[in-house]
Amino acid sequence: MTQKNIVEIKNLSFGYGNLMLHKDISMVFPRGKVTAIMGGSGCGKTTILRLIGGQVKPKAGQVTVDGKIVHKQDRQGIYELRRKMGMLFQHGALFTDLSVFDNVAFPMREHTKLPESMIRDLVLMKLNAVGLRGAHKLMSTELSGGMARRVALARAIALDPDIIMYDEPFAGLDPISMAVICDLIRTLNDALGATSIIVTHDVEEAFSFADYIYFVADGKVAAEGTPKELSKSKLPFVHQFVHGEKDGPVPFHYKAPSYKKDIYEPV
Amino acid sequence: MNPIFKILSNIGNQVTSRIWRLGSATRLFLLTLIYSGESFRRIHLMIREIYFTGVMSIIIIVVSAFFVGMVLGLQGYYTLQKYGSSESIGVLVALALLRELGPVVTALLFAGRAGTAITAEIGLMKATEQLSAMEMMAISPIARIIAPRFWAGAISMPILASIFSMVGVMGGYLVAVPIIGVDHGAFWSQMNVNVDFKFDVINGLIKSLVFGIACTIIALYEGYDAPPTAEGVSRATTRTVVTSSLAVLGLDFILTSFMMSY
Repeated sequence: MTQKNIVEIKNLSFGYGNLMLHKDISMVFPRGKVTAIMGGSGCGKTTILRLIGGQVKPKAGQVTVDGKIVHKQDRQGIYELRRKMGMLFQHGALFTDLSVFDNVAFPMREHTKLPESMIRDLVLMKLNAVGLRGAHKLMSTELSGGMARRVALARAIALDPDIIMYDEPFAGLDPISMAVICDLIRTLNDALGATSIIVTHDVEEAFSFADYIYFVADGKVAAEGTPKELSKSKLPFVHQFVHGEKDGPVPFHYKAPSYKKDIYEPV
Repeated sequence: MNPIFKILSNIGNQVTSRIWRLGSATRLFLLTLIYSGESFRRIHLMIREIYFTGVMSIIIIVVSAFFVGMVLGLQGYYTLQKYGSSESIGVLVALALLRELGPVVTALLFAGRAGTAITAEIGLMKATEQLSAMEMMAISPIARIIAPRFWAGAISMPILASIFSMVGVMGGYLVAVPIIGVDHGAFWSQMNVNVDFKFDVINGLIKSLVFGIACTIIALYEGYDAPPTAEGVSRATTRTVVTSSLAVLGLDFILTSFMMSY
């Protein structure tokens, strides 16, 4: 039976050593929707994608992908789940020794036995979808940041995944590239009938295309809702984040002893 | 904390961390062997790596071997002539190269030339999330990246060591025969009689194969385990040279003592 939510996170706790990043987090990602996970830097947003992809194991709770508990799968099982996923890394993570064409062809050559002529057609189609068919002969090192991100997106959708995960897709991009990526996320999601999970801290972009948004702070889901609901939210954290206020529930100062004590204490 | 307790605790931490790293490297080695089947099926990946680690190292190997051979010829001649046996210079050069200098110096040069390149490449692939990307595509980086490089190193090293010994003998010949004036026939015939194929040549090849395996797995492990930062990759590259060099010299002693006892 097809699950309504392709990804479900239930009561998940995760941390490195004694430092807990997530405390009893629960989220659902419905099929066909674009869901954004937002929060400040270092709050563990990217780790949620790594937990969904089975690259790290939760300390408690579980992540379910297409009805299967990720951390209970063996290597083969995890690899089978990952074949349903495509991931766009923060800086693209293109293979620097390969050309644009070979980067997009890489997953096809590894996972299918398609003839080279068909791979060529498919790669050009994927590159055309991101507007870079004309750049297929370039080496990945010759691309600008925005172009590299688009090629990585073409590679992420190479095998028509059910889930597309984006890790900070707008970080370090100029406004034009940002608008292009923004548009592509929505268009590709709807054209492929996929489910998109986007980790970002760019409020304006996320609010413009996401169907649902989770705010993560202090290891917990601080708020959730549609962009419309959240833009009207009176919750102090959401208000501070959405309006970019420098002080509030997220303090400007890192935890420290009193100023006086620090200044007068002998070194 | 009591200073003695602190010192003991530091020593304990160092020892535990080294044992841990040795265990991780052994685990990577075993996983590499398990995933090797895939890299043999995609032979083009291995051939590409043989080109980068083996073929690209030929120049440094040939030039070094030529100089080492010439120095051996000079030093050997001045010592041997004191005992009136300067005709044995060919044997001295050949045995020194085949048994020791060929495998050992090749391995040391390999660690500096190819080992560091492997560590830096894999460390940077890790830092730029290329290995994570591969994992997320359900492709094992050990099968796709580590195993082809491992076999390329293990295959290249005995070939490079053979080239080193061959060129070294030529360097020795150049100094001993045309320059110093040792008899051409005596140089080759003494070598022909006194160099044993099994004891000298095969043992030398076995040594270089073991060094090839050790140097390559050290380089691969250091890159795979490097913290994904500029400093992490730079430290890992340094560790590759230091650990490989010490491993080669240590293994050389162990292998030589086994080979001499048979």
